[in-house]
Amino acid sequence: MTRQRRIENAALTGLTMVGGLIWVFPLYWAFVTSIRSENRVVSDEAGLLPDEFNLSSYIDALFNSSLIDWYINSIGTSVIVTAIVLVTGMMCAYALSQMRFPGRKLLYLVVLGSFMVPAQALVVPQFVLMNDMGLINRWGGIILPQLVVPVVIIVYKQFFDAVPKEMKEAVVLDGGGDYTLLFRVYLPLNWGITTALGIITFIMTWNAFLWPFLVITTEDMMTIPVGITQVNDAFGVAYARIMSVALLAAAPVVIAYLIFQKRVTEAVMISSGVKG
Amino acid sequence: MAMIHNRSRHRLTAYSLILPFVAIFALVFGYPVIEVIRMSFTDAPLIGEGEWVGWDNYKRLFSDRLFYTSVINNGYFVLLTVVPTTVIALMISLAVNRLSGRMQALALVFFFTPYVLPVSVVTQIWAWMLDFQFGILQPVLEFFTGKPVPVFKNPFWVMPAVALVTIWWTNGFNVLLFIAGLRNIPEELYEAAKLDGATRRQLFFRVTWPLLWPVTALVLTLQLILQLKIFDQVYLLSEGGPFNSSYVLLLMVYREAFQLNNGGYAAAVSLVLFLLIVVISVLQFQLLRVGGKDK
Repeated sequence: MTRQRRIENAALTGLTMVGGLIWVFPLYWAFVTSIRSENRVVSDEAGLLPDEFNLSSYIDALFNSSLIDWYINSIGTSVIVTAIVLVTGMMCAYALSQMRFPGRKLLYLVVLGSFMVPAQALVVPQFVLMNDMGLINRWGGIILPQLVVPVVIIVYKQFFDAVPKEMKEAVVLDGGGDYTLLFRVYLPLNWGITTALGIITFIMTWNAFLWPFLVITTEDMMTIPVGITQVNDAFGVAYARIMSVALLAAAPVVIAYLIFQKRVTEAVMISSGVKG
Repeated sequence: MAMIHNRSRHRLTAYSLILPFVAIFALVFGYPVIEVIRMSFTDAPLIGEGEWVGWDNYKRLFSDRLFYTSVINNGYFVLLTVVPTTVIALMISLAVNRLSGRMQALALVFFFTPYVLPVSVVTQIWAWMLDFQFGILQPVLEFFTGKPVPVFKNPFWVMPAVALVTIWWTNGFNVLLFIAGLRNIPEELYEAAKLDGATRRQLFFRVTWPLLWPVTALVLTLQLILQLKIFDQVYLLSEGGPFNSSYVLLLMVYREAFQLNNGGYAAAVSLVLFLLIVVISVLQFQLLRVGGKDK
């Protein structure tokens, strides 16, 4: 490599990293703001570097808001949605991929077609339905309409289609049925996909705003993304507290992402079909 | 006899496997699809029955100025986000892809982290960044405009600002898709081209760009559909204002249904939004396919 080429490369690398730092700057700034006192935040002396370590707004946020309730609601509903979406999705995909039955083609077309329907266009009748079922302000109301994730079926089906037929024969000879096949052969062979789809579904549900916002009106039943918008109304303009709450709200997913970076990255790639 | 018995058992097993999904789907998706169509022909409030009014809601919609404002704003927002985010993501992915090991992982963390944040966290951070009095970005705006700007309360700035926030938030997803696409390009192609004496520029336009086209088309399509459904950021940052300058279709659905109690009318708006998304995405898909074949 020539000297000039080396310098060029180093410069490009430096530029990329600086760009990355600029990209995360809002998060850094939110953090610096959150550990300052409210007075400091709006004073002229407040510089770019952290100059105070004041956790009072965090303590305030944890104890003077319903943040804990919102965590519980978010974790509970996201885990339930993810579990149901995965189990119903893999069962349906297995039938579509490995079995022959009247209506199979139609079902697959419906799944593909529903991929095109924006869920947001259905919020009005869905709200009426949840109201009729008495599920407004309940976990059930948050969960039910989020259970249809056609892409999970589409991805599972692709991967089930690719499982070699020989894998099946041994189980069939032993007299195992389709449920055994699904849960003992097809699922274990595709743990990677299950993790990927699980991560994507969980992030999607955890971050969902519009639907939980519509179906929940009482503060103690809100999920994190909806709940934290209440903090503004309650605190007025108190940016240290608002930033503390925002960061506490973001923390679980961000920490999970930082720990499982590679898996999350792969999950996005796999579920969008770019990487097989 | 045994054969027939087996086959019906096979079918029964199949139906039991699809039943959970089909039942949920029918209840929370199939039935609402039918309902949204039926409601759009009634004057029903959000909760409760209404009278059949035929095409009245649609007639009203097509003479509603707010509807046209929304459509135009939706279009404007698409212009401000779809192509810019695709270009930015492509550039970032090219830059990140040439890094290796820990450096690459770190760069990816920088660019992808915003994507895992809940939308309201994103909007609160940016409301603070761009705060009229104390926002750290106000000096930057002041440099260009000569005075501080209350961006989310200014009809000119509101949409570009929401677009900026949106790109910051969602861009990491596109970066990942491009990186996956770049990794799929066989290294031999580059080596062969280099042996033939190709320059960096030629490598990009002759190898990378054509082979990356399917991913680019995917990103453009996904982004178009996503950005047509804009609601959260607009609602949280500007509530459609000022003077409806950031009013969009989904906000219209929300306001008509949940604030003005016009369920039937909101259903009609929803259906129009739905049709718009389907038609535009099919058109775009065809267009991009043609574009890809030329290469």
